[in-house]
Amino acid sequence: MLPQFDLKDSQLESRIFGSRTIIAICLVVLLLGLILVRYYALQITEYEVYRTQSERNRVQLQPLPPKRGLIYDRNGVLLADNRPSYVLSIVRERVDDLDLALSELQGLLSISERDLENFHKKVSRSRPYEPVPLRFRLTENERALLAVNRFRLSGVVVEAQLLRHYPHGELFSHALGYVGRISEEEVQALDETDYRGTFYVGKVGIEKFYEDVLHGDVGYQNVESNAHGRVLRVLERFLPVTGKDLTLSLDYRLQRAAFDALGDRRGAVVALSPLSGEVLALVSTPGFDANLFVNGISYTDYNALRDSPDVPLFNRAIQGSYPPGSTIKPFMAMAGLQSGLVTPESTVPDPGWYSLPGDSHRYRDWILRITGTGHAPLVNMKMAIAESCDVYFYDLARRLTIDRMAEYLHPFGFGARTGVDTTSERGGILPSTDWKRDAMGQPWYPGETISAGIGQGYMLASPLQLAVATGVMASKGQRQVPHLVMAVDGKPLPVTSLEPLIAPAEYWETIFDGMREVVHGRKGTAKALAPGITYEMAGKTGTAQVIGIAQNAVYNEADVSERHRHHGLFIAFAPVEAPTIAVGIIVENGGGSSAASPIARDVIDAWLSSSPADG
Amino acid sequence: MGDYVRQLPHQGSHDMARRPSVVSRVHIDIPLLLLLLLLTFYGLVVLYSASGQSMAAVTRQGTYFALGYVVMLLAAQISLQRYARLAPWLYVLGLTALVAVVFVGVGAKGAQRWLEIGGFRFQPSEILKLVVPLVVAWFLAGRTLPPGLFSIGGSLVLLGLPAMLIVIQPDLGTSLLIAASGLFVLFMAGLRWRIIMLALALAAASAWPAWMYGLKDYQKQRILTMFDPDSDKLGAGWNIIQSKTAIGSGGWQGKGWLQSTQSRLDFLPESHTDFIIAVLAEEHGLQGIILLMGIYLLILLRGFWIGVHAQTNFGRMVAGSLTLTFFVYIFVNMGMVAGLLPVVGVPLPLVSAGGTSLITLLAGFGILMAISTESRNGAV
Repeated sequence: MLPQFDLKDSQLESRIFGSRTIIAICLVVLLLGLILVRYYALQITEYEVYRTQSERNRVQLQPLPPKRGLIYDRNGVLLADNRPSYVLSIVRERVDDLDLALSELQGLLSISERDLENFHKKVSRSRPYEPVPLRFRLTENERALLAVNRFRLSGVVVEAQLLRHYPHGELFSHALGYVGRISEEEVQALDETDYRGTFYVGKVGIEKFYEDVLHGDVGYQNVESNAHGRVLRVLERFLPVTGKDLTLSLDYRLQRAAFDALGDRRGAVVALSPLSGEVLALVSTPGFDANLFVNGISYTDYNALRDSPDVPLFNRAIQGSYPPGSTIKPFMAMAGLQSGLVTPESTVPDPGWYSLPGDSHRYRDWILRITGTGHAPLVNMKMAIAESCDVYFYDLARRLTIDRMAEYLHPFGFGARTGVDTTSERGGILPSTDWKRDAMGQPWYPGETISAGIGQGYMLASPLQLAVATGVMASKGQRQVPHLVMAVDGKPLPVTSLEPLIAPAEYWETIFDGMREVVHGRKGTAKALAPGITYEMAGKTGTAQVIGIAQNAVYNEADVSERHRHHGLFIAFAPVEAPTIAVGIIVENGGGSSAASPIARDVIDAWLSSSPADG
Repeated sequence: MGDYVRQLPHQGSHDMARRPSVVSRVHIDIPLLLLLLLLTFYGLVVLYSASGQSMAAVTRQGTYFALGYVVMLLAAQISLQRYARLAPWLYVLGLTALVAVVFVGVGAKGAQRWLEIGGFRFQPSEILKLVVPLVVAWFLAGRTLPPGLFSIGGSLVLLGLPAMLIVIQPDLGTSLLIAASGLFVLFMAGLRWRIIMLALALAAASAWPAWMYGLKDYQKQRILTMFDPDSDKLGAGWNIIQSKTAIGSGGWQGKGWLQSTQSRLDFLPESHTDFIIAVLAEEHGLQGIILLMGIYLLILLRGFWIGVHAQTNFGRMVAGSLTLTFFVYIFVNMGMVAGLLPVVGVPLPLVSAGGTSLITLLAGFGILMAISTESRNGAV
């Protein structure tokens, strides 16, 4: 088997082999050199790139959502807090078959279509190792069921989460507003960083207006996690900053008094402190349970609220626009005095009706229907207010004209938003020739001025506006922007004062006298309030005719007559000597002011009996 | 073992003057052994970290090494002449085993690579890694060199048969390695350059048809992924992105032993097997890579030295082929982990965890030692 080599061949072969070895060595060194160059490029030239990438792999920033600020009333009664609630979340990465896992969970507890829909939306947006919430507010029972079945529910986690809670339900629903799950549009609008890990945001009311203050600052922790997203240790932690607490000027007791007094009627009450602009009560009935919204309201619940003929989601106190009726008269009186067209002493003859010169149309006084004649042969301002004489104000309105009326009523806050610190406020309408041309494309008719003089016609105001105007009256011209929040984290917020309304003391005294007579006078339109009263109250009654049916109203036959009844209005302030509270009240379809005025008594009683020195 | 009579013609070695030492009597190449032990130690240190500080993994690998070194020592005792005589019989046996794999083989992950005999599993393709260079060298050693067309043709048949049987398992990586080990024998035998050039040109020309019709989708995918790992970040590209990140983030100094975050946090797949070099690079930096390459280069140079000093063409060709095959392992593994070459299942020789390839490699070094000691000892 071994061949016979001759020497020559052997040498040749040895030489071939030697040269091939050298070539092989060269090749090996060259290729190893190439590999080394590659490692040099990765480890030296591009070191920073890969070091950063490796850090990014290793370290993950986890948001630590802040606790939302609490909300208190002026006496420290808690109105909105955060309560632990248990959330069922799924870590997609740890679930083999998502559909199977979901159907298995559905066998254990109820998961609505909406929950599923929200879940799928979020799943597509989050990383595989992030827990995605599926069901909120687990009950004790559900938690127990999940715990028992944990062994076959891989990737299912139950976490405690702080949820907004409104302990007083309906009572404060319109005053506070509510938070709700962050919607798709809000995701776009909000600072994404700030809301990482936060599930809800203020939707309406104070919760929305003060969102920035209440939300706080998100915290972070740097965690080392492995490729599967499991957190191995916390490297660094920046704690979140809890949202600031709000102290409202609202008084739980007044709120309660107003709410109870309204009962099951539709209406609104706003009470405020005339000198500071602090809103003491803001009630709109019916209300709703704001807790329903916190985690996304169900369609059933929402439809019930939306479709109710009582429109409970409508905040009558600030969104409602009602003709002020006779409650406008004290302000008309001031307009008359300021314009110089009338004096405290000047009188108007009152046959029970009024007509424009050269026109046969009679504008009737409300008293005509009852007594068949006027209030008195001659009516002065005090009497006109106390007995709510229409003729006096028909005459004043005609002489004043609509544009000057608008000019003098404007400082009382009519026709513009008050600027209160909450959302969805409406500013009502203070009609003028310009307004009518702009809004309706029509000229102003002289007859319209007459009915405007008694707060009928185009003029509209919210209960808040009525309260604000009453406050300006009570403080003899002091004007503040009304506000619901008094202090943030215990630090008082500055009050925004507006240019005061300057008028001679005599003017104020005359109107005060008239308004005092409304309650305390023999023929006062609200004299029913006087028995048992321990202080002097100034007030003004009002009735607004319901011309059509309110917007969105769905009603049944039996309701029609009720819904055609007049709205009852009442404004008041007390004590007359040094007013500390002003109120504006409306009771929809109350039939007349007598539906509204007792509410003022209840609210003012609650205020003056509890804190005589406050305000 | 060892009491048979060496029969190779003595070619006037000056070693005759020396007294045969214990070392030479057990046919050990001391420099090669020391280098291998150094590499083994380094490898186990890296493995301890790469396996998540698992002493069990290190012990298991240590056991493989112990077994491997015993196999190496045994392989070193067999005379070259006997290797040459056994080569065709081993070859026939190996081919039979490969054919058996096709019909009765067992496998995993869609590949059929193992034979199971009496509860003991083995991979016939591993044995062929050694047998193919031996049989081609045996075939050529009896003919005039440089090889003529008949010699070349015969060699190609010898290396082609097992390569084809392995490619259908399918195991393209091993198949290519085995074909290469046979081609290296031809190269060392002095295959003429014009034939080499022609072959390279043919290979280049057939690249396109091979791409179109020969390669399976997952093989194409691996090649595409190499060029653009970002195209499939979480799939095939993941390994490459993560291994490059591991290597790059090591820098010059490395993050320190046991400090590899890429491996410890499971970002790096296969961190203790095929991708172990990435752990080494991450923890020990470019320094560690240079050290490892240094050891490898010294082993390769020693292999070539042994080849150059071999007494017979058979020994020369086998030594050259085994050394070059060892180099291919290093090159392919280091290249693929660094994203230079497509991902194929080639372990980092003597460092990656795993027993089979380790024992084959050490058996190969046993053959090298047989060649080495034969050349120095001559007829003992």
